[in-house]
Amino acid sequence: MARRVSARQKLLFTVIGWAIGLFLFFPILWTLLTSFKTEGVAIASPPVFLFFDWTLENYWEVQARSDYLRHFLNSVTISFGSTLVGLLLAIPAAWAMAFAPSPRTKDVLMWMLSTKMLPAVGVLVPIYLLFRDWNLLDTRIGLVMALTLINLPIIVWMLYTYFKEIPGDILEAARMDGASLGKEIFYVLAPMAVPGIASTILLNIILAWNEAFWTLNLTAADAAPLTAFIASYSSPEGLFWAKLSAASTLAIAPILILGWFSQRQLVRGLTFGAVK
Amino acid sequence: MGSIVLQNVSKSFGSTSVISAVSLDISDGEFVVFVGPSGCGKSTLLRLIAGLEDLTSGRILIDGQDVTGHAPARRQLSMVFQSYALYPHMSVYGNIAFPLKMAGEDKRVIERKVQDAARILNLSDYLNRKPRQLSGGQRQRVAIGRAIVRQPKAFLFDEPLSNLDAALRVNMRLEISELHHQLQTTMIYVTHDQVEAMTMADKIVVLNAGRIEQVGTPLDLYRSPANRFVAGFIGSPKMNFVEGQHSKRYKAHAIGVRPEHIALSKTQGEWQGTVGVAEHLGSDTFLHVHVDEIGLITARGDGEIDLHHGERVYLTPNEARLHRFNEQGIAQ
Repeated sequence: MARRVSARQKLLFTVIGWAIGLFLFFPILWTLLTSFKTEGVAIASPPVFLFFDWTLENYWEVQARSDYLRHFLNSVTISFGSTLVGLLLAIPAAWAMAFAPSPRTKDVLMWMLSTKMLPAVGVLVPIYLLFRDWNLLDTRIGLVMALTLINLPIIVWMLYTYFKEIPGDILEAARMDGASLGKEIFYVLAPMAVPGIASTILLNIILAWNEAFWTLNLTAADAAPLTAFIASYSSPEGLFWAKLSAASTLAIAPILILGWFSQRQLVRGLTFGAVK
Repeated sequence: MGSIVLQNVSKSFGSTSVISAVSLDISDGEFVVFVGPSGCGKSTLLRLIAGLEDLTSGRILIDGQDVTGHAPARRQLSMVFQSYALYPHMSVYGNIAFPLKMAGEDKRVIERKVQDAARILNLSDYLNRKPRQLSGGQRQRVAIGRAIVRQPKAFLFDEPLSNLDAALRVNMRLEISELHHQLQTTMIYVTHDQVEAMTMADKIVVLNAGRIEQVGTPLDLYRSPANRFVAGFIGSPKMNFVEGQHSKRYKAHAIGVRPEHIALSKTQGEWQGTVGVAEHLGSDTFLHVHVDEIGLITARGDGEIDLHHGERVYLTPNEARLHRFNEQGIAQ
């Protein structure tokens, strides 16, 4: 039975919903507004909200001082690359765990998740030394490797929960209907798993795009992605609020747009399995 | 052709034995029903025949050929699953055409065969729909359509009607029986519902705890059950069992008498008791009688019998239809 909601309750919930939404969005809005201010206005107290002289000067200066495009391409390479490699490793792993589980499957999954419980800084020194010895410091390939391994447990878990939702009966039906393993995967499994794979890709790209700890510690210039680009504006020589905001806006804009277009897919992916 | 022979088929999962040394002959065109309580191994036996599970020991022959190690696809059997197991991303047409497509049939042949199957199953108007847009009965028909297009050697049905409501179940039961008469193909049907078994089968295989208890025609099993398990499982309502003093009189450890073989009277009879619940079905009345010194006995009376809760009643079992069992529960 549907629960009855009166008009007044509806209004109340709408107002609360918008309030929470605006509250969560406010930091991004404020960053966006600050990026159009001059440095002076940016640190003015009391803060100026909307009525100031809008300027694009920060964006020009940020682009002149540090090469946005290069950082952007590094971010794209690292996030897409690590996602692709991660998927190639995770899809077979998740298939095996979902459709041919062993008595140890649950333990393997928990063990993989446990690596995410370790504070990253705890392994910084060994990983840094390995990277140094293997000449991987400040290389895109090194970062792709690092981020692949860091996000792999999440990819495997997500795909595993997705694949678990595909009823085994349907795969058996395909087998009875004469499909070979390859055809079973191509005609039956893959089409049914596409939404799951898509949302896994999206989430992983976002995670890799925003990953700052490893990208800051393992890169200097050549392979530095947008996270390093932002960080370079909070330098010891003083904070430049407006330029930092412009840099941040430029860094989050691509992923924000990607997220905007795929939010339905993403929500479905994150809540999958929670409700049937 | 579609004769299937099981020779000493066994299956264990780890150390748990699910099927132990089952041997069975199924001849071409027969409608065989595997029936038994849940967990008796009937679905596992079907999956062994299908090739979805591997045998632990024994052999399976189809048309005289040993298929024990063959993959499901090579056995040329079709299966209808309890959950229908339709491909959700394909249309009804795509679902029915799938086995033909896998067999590499020509497009025009596929088109013709799918249209034929759709006509037989009244699905012609739904070919472009997705499974989620269909009712339960229609989905089941699509699953059957997918099974018949390939003209398999035998059909395997794994409790195909248990997700349907009661009225639809009766309809689909008739449709499947009708289909069997039309196609004359071997069918193996798994169910826990003895009414389905009795109404559809040429031959019933009663399974219990991974073993075959008895094989026979529905009326064979009804008339002469081999043991107490079969006697209690076949027939509705269940057979009444009486032990002790009252069975000694009939020279048996236990006697069994079906509710329909008990005469009711208000004035005289062999056993006396008090009427408990009376179930009036219109055509029949089932009386649950608390018989003195024996316990609860179910008896069938005619539809308009005038007996009510708490009244005294006499019961007389029909001696000609009495079943006698020894201490091991085997029929004497």
